[in-house]
Amino acid sequence: MKSKVLPMKDAVAAFVKDGDVVVIEGFTHLICFAAGHEIIRQGRKNLTLARLTPDLIYDQMIQAGVARKLIFSWAGNPGVGSLHAFRRAVEAVPPRIEIEEYSHFGMVARLCAGAANLPFWPLRDYEGTDIPKANALIKSVECPYTGERLAAVPALRPDVTIVHAQRADAGGNTQVWGLMGVQKEAAFASKRVIVVVEELVPESVIRQDPNRTLIPGLQVDAVVVEPWGAHPSYAQGCYDRDNDFYAAWDKIAREEASFEKYLDEYVRGVKDRAEYMKKQPGLAERLKAKPRICSGVDYGY
Amino acid sequence: MIDAAQTATDYTRNELMCALAAREIGDGDVVFVGIGLPNLACNLARATHAPNMTLIYESGAVGAVPDRVPPSIGDPALVTGSLMVAPMADVFQSFLQNGKIQIGFLGGAQVDKRGNINTTAVGPYGAPKVRLPGSGGACEIAQHARRVLIVAKLDKRAFPEKVDFVTSNGGRVKKIITNMCVLEPDDTGEMTLTALYPGVTFEQVQDNVGWALKKAPRLSEVAPPSRKEIDLLRTKLDPKRLHTK
Repeated sequence: MKSKVLPMKDAVAAFVKDGDVVVIEGFTHLICFAAGHEIIRQGRKNLTLARLTPDLIYDQMIQAGVARKLIFSWAGNPGVGSLHAFRRAVEAVPPRIEIEEYSHFGMVARLCAGAANLPFWPLRDYEGTDIPKANALIKSVECPYTGERLAAVPALRPDVTIVHAQRADAGGNTQVWGLMGVQKEAAFASKRVIVVVEELVPESVIRQDPNRTLIPGLQVDAVVVEPWGAHPSYAQGCYDRDNDFYAAWDKIAREEASFEKYLDEYVRGVKDRAEYMKKQPGLAERLKAKPRICSGVDYGY
Repeated sequence: MIDAAQTATDYTRNELMCALAAREIGDGDVVFVGIGLPNLACNLARATHAPNMTLIYESGAVGAVPDRVPPSIGDPALVTGSLMVAPMADVFQSFLQNGKIQIGFLGGAQVDKRGNINTTAVGPYGAPKVRLPGSGGACEIAQHARRVLIVAKLDKRAFPEKVDFVTSNGGRVKKIITNMCVLEPDDTGEMTLTALYPGVTFEQVQDNVGWALKKAPRLSEVAPPSRKEIDLLRTKLDPKRLHTK
């Protein structure tokens, strides 16, 4: 098996291009901040950023000026409040960023269509709402069997999808546990896929528990090993979500000066995740997961 | 019914709001829940009269039994010990669209006379005065949960006659539980006052609602929380009193 392992810097340089449609997925869980930070460091331009919940990572990428457009379904800081760079860009007259907005189900359906190689996906949604008025790409179709009107959303085919995971082998066979979000669909919908992992494992570990594999190596272009790459998001069984950081972020992001100072210090001012972690002593001890091991299953026959 | 001897006398309106929301949940109900006060209400119901309810979060946790108040709907504590972790495609298609959800809780920056909810933008969509987060899963929860319950604090700006943007359709809203009263749709779908909190008057409610509020023919007074509900909220479920102060 050919190894796909690359340093983050090389993986982003090789697979993320100016003008790309970029998806860094992960619903609260396994959001790859490390990759977003590397894209900022490399100064990518005119990206279309797509994910259900832009979260702090896309807010940082918007502030850093890498994004031309945002495709999303919920743009907030969960349980805390606003995404301030996003709001500044959208509330500006004229707006400084283009938006294309769906609901969560609409975004999930777009990736399902992309992963299934279909042009659109039908869903029962948006009845009596203003969402289709705000987004002309949400259309409706008539069911050829029942005549029923159904909402339809177009396939999303990202140029590149980046997924964080607990472990993968060098061939990119990727195992995830805990919340799985829409990562599998995003990976299959995408032209290129980068997987960033907490741990690189031998292929035999993957083969021991094949049901755990979310994304097969055949769909993966690069494997990057960067422990703590999801912080302040989390990785189940590895480290907890940094809820204190998400709460403290509100104050940092409110003013452009403090936002830029953060980017200068923790994003542009470090070369990789290891350096980012070294700048924050005590972080790993504070968030390290307490074990809760499952007993495994018998695959014998 | 709540035994009068076990009734709390010292409680906040937010605690009562939480208890009222919890009482809407039947044992065995499958409930789709978000963060904040509805999440607290679900966990209160689970700890009291509805131990067999199933909590489903849009993040994919099914049968969650969180041992801490989850600050986000994707908290790792929702996964540990749950019955199932579903991919989000299954959450929206096989659970929600397939009609498996009995109760959906929603909140919103604006709620109107028809129960429509706005979580998208204050002011025009293309030039918003305040840009809000957007739908998330709320739009489809409002369309597919059998009963939609809104939990929201009463305020004139938050309760206009017509929302600026319909993010979630109010057609399935069965109750709006506020911190002063309960509103329910009449035969025409108009949200109408049906119950007041102890000590709250119709006029006080009307002052905080942006349309001429109709009263149900017989107004009831909501029962105060029980001692047990208050103890659970303060000692176990919301010890920092993030939602119930």
